[in-house]
Amino acid sequence: MKSNVSRLFFLFVAGGLFGAGLVISEMTNPARVLAFLDFAGDWDPTLAFVMAGAVAVFATGLLILKRKLPERTADFSAEPISKSLIIGSAMFGIGWGLGGLCPGPAIANLGTFAKEVLIFVPAMAVGMLIARTWKTRD
Amino acid sequence: MILADFPSAYTNALIGGCLIGLASLLAMVLTGKIPGISGIFAKVLKPVSGDFAWRVVFLIGLVVTAGLFIFLREPAPPFEIPGGRKAWLFGIAGLLVGVGTRIGGGCTSGHGVCGTAAGARDSIVATLVFMAAAAATVFAWNTLFAS
Repeated sequence: MKSNVSRLFFLFVAGGLFGAGLVISEMTNPARVLAFLDFAGDWDPTLAFVMAGAVAVFATGLLILKRKLPERTADFSAEPISKSLIIGSAMFGIGWGLGGLCPGPAIANLGTFAKEVLIFVPAMAVGMLIARTWKTRD
Repeated sequence: MILADFPSAYTNALIGGCLIGLASLLAMVLTGKIPGISGIFAKVLKPVSGDFAWRVVFLIGLVVTAGLFIFLREPAPPFEIPGGRKAWLFGIAGLLVGVGTRIGGGCTSGHGVCGTAAGARDSIVATLVFMAAAAATVFAWNTLFAS
């Protein structure tokens, strides 16, 4: 029981570090993200630095801890490079490019109470529930 | 804009990125799962007993900490919506992100950070696909609608 409480406490801390990272790197600003995605315009490489930092730390951690990435959960993306991986990722990319919000920054931005975020997050939840009914059919 | 931000925006980006990597690592070690935000959020919507509380706690930590920055930092962290994007567009964007991340099995954190860092081929392909699709969408938007 006690160990479960401390585990949850550290998961709260992990969520907090994640949120702090998103705000500090300004990935919670859709304009910044969209400027990264605008390769034809005034390109802003900030997002690449964020990804580089995150990937470097995670990869180093895996090496130090001698761990592999955990198994994928059974319900999605079981097989390596499937049609659903490509189609789903393309749909995600289009949604990301429309608003400049992906799931982490969208949720982190709930505290702004901006109408765009208050529309986006419930719509994302609906989308996930739709995908679930669709996917469990086959 | 790019030069005006140098070097502070890039330093902050690296620091923030490292925190995201560290947070992901901590969550993975504690749960034995790939801690992608889309997956964490999706399984709060349809809970499985014994695999629910940590997701809620993680997301509360995320919202509360980001919220502290939003409410307490002076000046507030920037939140700008460029290029004539109306609020309803975010309904469509959210739907696509919700459906897409579930069908594709991950988002910028699960595929982009964790999977890519582990050298997982499917995650690297997914990341290239969603980056390309997002860039194409921004290009199309700017070509068609931007003033």
